[in-house]
Amino acid sequence: MKRRLSRDREDSTSSCEGQTDSCKRVKQPEDSGDLLSNWARLPQEILLHIFQYLPLLDRAFASQVCRGWNQAFHMPELWRCFEFELNQPASSYLKATHPDLIKQIIKRHSNHLQYVSFKVDSSTESAEAACDILSQLVNCSLKTLGLISTARPSFMELPKSHFISALTVVFVNSKSLSSLKIDDTPVDDPSLKVLVANNSDTLKLLKMSSCPHVSPAGILCVADQCHGLRELALNYHLLSDELLLALSSEKHVHLEHLRIDVVSENPGQQFHTIKKSSWDAMVRHSPKFNLVMYFFLYEDEFGPFFRDEIPVTHLYFGRSVSKEVLGRVGMNCPRLVELVVCANGLRPLDEELIRIAERCQHLSAIGLGECEVSCSAFVEFVKMCGRRLSQLSIMEEVLIPDHKYSLDEIHWEVSKHLGRVWFPDMMPTW
Amino acid sequence: MVVNSVHWFRKGLRLHDNPALQETLNGADTVRFLLESLEDLDTSLRKLNSRLFVVRGQPTDVFPRLFKEWNVTRLTFEYDSEPYGKERDAAIIKMAQEYGVETMVRNTHTLYNPDRIIEMNNHSPPLTFKRFQAIVNRLELPRKPLPTITQEQMARCRTQISDNHDEHYGVPSLEELGFKTQGDSSHVWKGGETEALERLNKHLDRKAWVANFERPRITAQSLFASPTGLSPYLRFGCLSCRVFYYNLRDLYMKLRRRSSPPLSLFGQLLWREFFYTAATNNPNFDRMEGNPICVQIPWDHNPEALAKWAEGRTGFPWIDAIMTQLRQEGWIHHLARHAVACFLTRGDLWISWESGMKVFEELLLDADWSVNAGSWMWLSCSAFFQQFFHCYCPVGFGRRTDPSGDYIRRYIPKLKDYPNRYIYEPWNAPESVQKAANCIVGVDYPKPMINHAESSRLNIERMKQVYQQLSHYRGLSLLASVPTIQEEAEPPMSDDSQASSSTAAVCNYTP
Repeated sequence: MKRRLSRDREDSTSSCEGQTDSCKRVKQPEDSGDLLSNWARLPQEILLHIFQYLPLLDRAFASQVCRGWNQAFHMPELWRCFEFELNQPASSYLKATHPDLIKQIIKRHSNHLQYVSFKVDSSTESAEAACDILSQLVNCSLKTLGLISTARPSFMELPKSHFISALTVVFVNSKSLSSLKIDDTPVDDPSLKVLVANNSDTLKLLKMSSCPHVSPAGILCVADQCHGLRELALNYHLLSDELLLALSSEKHVHLEHLRIDVVSENPGQQFHTIKKSSWDAMVRHSPKFNLVMYFFLYEDEFGPFFRDEIPVTHLYFGRSVSKEVLGRVGMNCPRLVELVVCANGLRPLDEELIRIAERCQHLSAIGLGECEVSCSAFVEFVKMCGRRLSQLSIMEEVLIPDHKYSLDEIHWEVSKHLGRVWFPDMMPTW
Repeated sequence: MVVNSVHWFRKGLRLHDNPALQETLNGADTVRFLLESLEDLDTSLRKLNSRLFVVRGQPTDVFPRLFKEWNVTRLTFEYDSEPYGKERDAAIIKMAQEYGVETMVRNTHTLYNPDRIIEMNNHSPPLTFKRFQAIVNRLELPRKPLPTITQEQMARCRTQISDNHDEHYGVPSLEELGFKTQGDSSHVWKGGETEALERLNKHLDRKAWVANFERPRITAQSLFASPTGLSPYLRFGCLSCRVFYYNLRDLYMKLRRRSSPPLSLFGQLLWREFFYTAATNNPNFDRMEGNPICVQIPWDHNPEALAKWAEGRTGFPWIDAIMTQLRQEGWIHHLARHAVACFLTRGDLWISWESGMKVFEELLLDADWSVNAGSWMWLSCSAFFQQFFHCYCPVGFGRRTDPSGDYIRRYIPKLKDYPNRYIYEPWNAPESVQKAANCIVGVDYPKPMINHAESSRLNIERMKQVYQQLSHYRGLSLLASVPTIQEEAEPPMSDDSQASSSTAAVCNYTP
């Protein structure tokens, strides 16, 4: 059996011998009560406990010390969680899980695996390798599966059928999937049906942002059948009134998080509206649920949004958002907890901020990037929010000095009202 | 006793407030600037009956020969706080000792000795600018600069200059060093101390005229190279940072009649100081791996995309214009730097900041080791506890900065006939407009290399994943994903017991 495992240490055999020598040496002392001499005879449970603290590489080295420790290394408890790191040297700086280790895991431990994730880089080979492994997890009863692309979404480059068949192996065999992260993958409606058919009782978390092959009907099927679903992440085009009503049905547990990404594919894209009554039903059913919305739209695409009250709690505008829309946010988002604005036009947001302070009584975090606010209005805003603001991240350029406050004075005023030392965020000037 | 003294120029290419010479030969423009600075130094020395001696080779090889040939008894140079510099100088000092040569080193490239600031911050460099400012606030003023070397001072010395000085020790030309020149000698940034001091005067004149010491808001005009810009001269030491500091301070006090200027007046100088301090004890400051202050981010490795960015072929006019100006002139406004750095790293291409840093090193006149590496880490949110939510849009940010589009038209002449409405996003222009402008996207000008909305969505997720692993934060807040640094909570430690008003205020708040 090859001794070389993950990372790139070549001298494993010599270290094995070295270690065994010291094992032998240690057995020599005459005092039988000497703790050192019992290293080789530690009970497996203790070894397991110690090994659980070690990172994989150290455990692997330990496993080459002697047969007993090698056995401990292969105890099922140590193989419940595994993260496969699949990177190609040409497309990533990161090291990858060694192919030999992967083979060993599939051979000896696939039926021990319960919490598995795949981290792949931007190359198609890495995504293919992930699918390869997935297709072999036939004896697996996974609880958690995560497919994570660390750079560009390489799963999308695979032939769809190849990906789907690999994924459905897990869906069909696991039957107890509780958490599934498949963002940026070519998963489709039929494969979701398979997921539901086998795991509807156990599914609690489903993250599938940016899965372009899924339709609103596909996700509705999940909501209808998986009544234990607590966390859901998807794109806005999959959101429908029916979906929200399904998630609010009596059979359904309380929803904890709903994350929605609103992304513009083409400029001037039209977005559908969700009825206020659907949101109301959600809030009635799950009064504590968090609604997280990330917007990546052109300024003129916000037409359908924020016209009615919406229970959003965490709001991020990843591109420029207009003053008018921010005004509507103040009017219609009473549950708002965090507001993060990447950019706005160059007109001061004084009124809009004050309104948000007035009407968003739960606001505790705000971030402003390329915006403008007069210093006086900003101080007023902070005064009104007071100590509930635990996160205040304002770029220095945002604050416009006026007759009342200069930039140097403002941080004292704000610190006073916040009850802690505060400075705006800065960027280096060369 | 006769003292034979050699002054070794490295960075401090000036005769005012002086001590040292740059060995890093990077892009042609940087070399040209350097050579012009050397010529200028030589000219100034000639007026004082001396000359500049340019010697080729490694210091460890050259100095033993010179020590013997010239009977040297003393070697002086300006302190270099960068890790590589310290190592090189330690070797030289040791060697000089062996030859019985006395070495004298003075710290004048930065306002303060970085070790002093580190000492005052509990023996570690401040990792947030706020903290750094708090420490500087408690320090005494930087040491005053020395006046320019005078005729009288030089009269006491004698330099032996041979007839064939130029042949052996003259300033080389660009061609001699293997660079091709365009033949066009009118460059925007002319190297040398003389130019630096002239610019300083103009810079101060403008500030006095404006009588406004607030941080200037960027206008379209700011994007173009300013005749009063000083950053390359600070980098090469053609201008002493202390001279700049005191000139600003004296002007402020004269015009405002207030007792002391705010720290924000010295923004540019303090950022430079901050990065020098952060870098001085960290030889891995310019890379991600093995750098204790750098977040390990799974950047993509994509040479093709990097080349498009470096060569201004991204298909985003704002980005391409900036990279073109950089390549042509060797300088871009700091907000332009933010835009292209964000685009390359955490905003759009997800390529490592190290690649961007190397391109800047080659093309940017004021990119010194500490400031360049530090700024790239800062802009890519790889260090210094930055929030990563604010992304510079390659269309919107440009448009808001320069609605007229003149900057684009100047550096990408192919697009000059595009109307303002489409010049920042020519791919959205209807075919008729593209034809009328005589520039078809995909043919005469590249298509955009990525979809910004998609990329920024992806990348904010990536950054969040990385940071949540760091901070062990599992909640929903985007802002709380970034860990706060402990040093923010504690007041700065110092060796003196006198607390200034700022520190007293800090102590009153519960962290």
